Amino acid sequence: MTTGSLTVPRRTRFRLPRRQVPVLATLALLLVMYGIGVSQYTAFSNVQVIFNVFIDNGFLLVVAVGMTFVILTGGIDLSVGSVVAMTAMVSADLLQKGLPAALVLVIALLIGPTLGLLMGCAIHFFDIQPFIVTLAGMFFARGMCTFISGSSIPITDGFWTRMSQERIGDPRGNFVSISVLIAFAVVLVAAYVLAYTRLGRNVYAIGGNPQSALLMGLPLGRTRIAVYTISGLCSAIGGILLSFYTLSGAPLIAVGMELDVIAAVVIGGTVLTGGSGYVFGTVLGVLVLGVIQTLITFDGSLNSWWTKIVIGGLLFAFILLQRLIGIRYK
Amino acid sequence: MNDTMGRYRTMIGHRLFWPIAVLVVMLAANTIYRPGFLSIELKDGHLYGSPIDILRLSAPLILVALGMTLVISTGGIDLSVGSVCAISGAMACMYISKQPDQNSLTVVLTALAMALGVALVLGVWNGVLVAVIGIQPIIATLILMVAGRGLAQLITQGQIITINSGPFRGIGLGHLLTLPLAIFIALAAALLVAAFTRRTALGMIIESVGGNAEASRLAGIRSGRVIFLAYVVSAVCAAIAGFMMTANVSSADGNAVGLWVELDAILAVVIGGTSLAGGRFFLSGTILGALIIQTLTTTVYAMNISPQTSLLFKAVVVIAVCLIQAPAFRAKFSRRRRSAPPPRPVADKPKEQVPA
Repeated sequence: MTTGSLTVPRRTRFRLPRRQVPVLATLALLLVMYGIGVSQYTAFSNVQVIFNVFIDNGFLLVVAVGMTFVILTGGIDLSVGSVVAMTAMVSADLLQKGLPAALVLVIALLIGPTLGLLMGCAIHFFDIQPFIVTLAGMFFARGMCTFISGSSIPITDGFWTRMSQERIGDPRGNFVSISVLIAFAVVLVAAYVLAYTRLGRNVYAIGGNPQSALLMGLPLGRTRIAVYTISGLCSAIGGILLSFYTLSGAPLIAVGMELDVIAAVVIGGTVLTGGSGYVFGTVLGVLVLGVIQTLITFDGSLNSWWTKIVIGGLLFAFILLQRLIGIRYK
Repeated sequence: MNDTMGRYRTMIGHRLFWPIAVLVVMLAANTIYRPGFLSIELKDGHLYGSPIDILRLSAPLILVALGMTLVISTGGIDLSVGSVCAISGAMACMYISKQPDQNSLTVVLTALAMALGVALVLGVWNGVLVAVIGIQPIIATLILMVAGRGLAQLITQGQIITINSGPFRGIGLGHLLTLPLAIFIALAAALLVAAFTRRTALGMIIESVGGNAEASRLAGIRSGRVIFLAYVVSAVCAAIAGFMMTANVSSADGNAVGLWVELDAILAVVIGGTSLAGGRFFLSGTILGALIIQTLTTTVYAMNISPQTSLLFKAVVVIAVCLIQAPAFRAKFSRRRRSAPPPRPVADKPKEQVPA
């Protein structure tokens, strides 16, 4: 623990602040990948390509932001993918039953945080591993999806279709969807909360060392429960965005999404033992995943499984990088 | 009275009590719902019946969970087992499908050896990442979990490879001494692991490494090597489980084989009373845990509930078992129970000391 900080003065030639090296590496990687794309495919330089990455990954971005909070405290939330699916499923089902859109929105946005709150309470009060609690949450949410309906439910509601089809863009035809704006709003709020509020500082402190945080008198339990609630809320927002995107709720959608989310957060430079990382890095991590997918789509000859292999390779590279620059691992 | 109370407490306090109770309750519920549930009959020299099915189907999970127990007891976790299952199954099926005579025993054995070799390499990869480079286990194995699915699909070229090989199918569906062969394989693996860990000092060494790797190293145990070994064993167990899963359906699907088995395995280990923090492990508990999960799945199927909805039940069972086993929950619960009749705790104290 202390060796990490003791070795800092030894390498004075490192001008870069160590905490930011993983984020900068991600940024460099993103630029290199974008450069490769532009040099290989003429259509890649179109601004719309970048916008599309955001449109296709808006919900992933929101969920990854929530996950960043959890991972910063040293926990993990496996339930996000299922909660996303459950939110989309509940909204589709309620809309089909004829409830007004505003009410559906409120209900859908309440489910995720409630589940998150319950999981946070189980983790804090009963001292059960986050991994197991959120695993149970994942099973529960996925089970609820199929409990609601075994097949996909289309959404025909006017508000939903408008949110899905509305294009905000410049006169040249480049556009983003409303989902992207919502995702950006979530990112900005999260970045503000983490950097400038008491809750944000508590999150970093607890991730750094829970015992010290407790001895300093920080509200350990409240913060821990809060991060799982935030993650649940982000998953719920992500679920709404996904239902905007697909205009349906399907019981098996977003299976395995938690892995993509965790990968994005790690590639974005957040350390999985907690205490170090930025929302901005998570944005970059999501973009890296998005650009990989775009590159593979542009190439056409590569199959979809290469996405997984490349993501695995990148995960490895980034973890090794974090290790090499000596960021403290357990 | 004193004695029965004490005995009752030791029974309740036994780490296997709650898992066994859950299993018995589930079996009882099944029998009430379907009176023929527990009946076993002999057909063509093979035993058939729901209990046998549960045993046979839980064999892969038992194997994976055995390896997982060792990894978890060193304080780690292995998320990549599902991918290893898929890769080894795909590898074996791919090799067999390319041969002219799929029924030849040598072909099948070569395929198994090759796939096991690949699994060993994957285990070594995980082991090196965790023990040598020192990456946090959950992320180190996450790499292979994500990339492994891709590799499995790369091996099968995204196709579902179907084979028609008698000896290979035997791993999943064959019989020995009237019982399915898979049960014997799982049993053999369990006995082997138990013999190595409980009849030699290895088990204690693993537990000490899980308790505190650094302290164990200072005490003269090669912690790194023990951790490394745990991941290799886990990968090999997963590979054998992968053979069973693919042999059951005589085909390899890189996407579906062993999907979520890592979660089930971790669940089985936790239900069995092994702490995720490492330092203690219970093989018998793990096997019970795997049986509970499979019984739950079978129960859900038998009761005509959609297989996906079985996840709801799983969630309830996980939470219930974890809560019962959580010391914090127990303490709260028992404190409340004890505080209800105020004079009790005074009378309780001498009682507790008697069995001790």
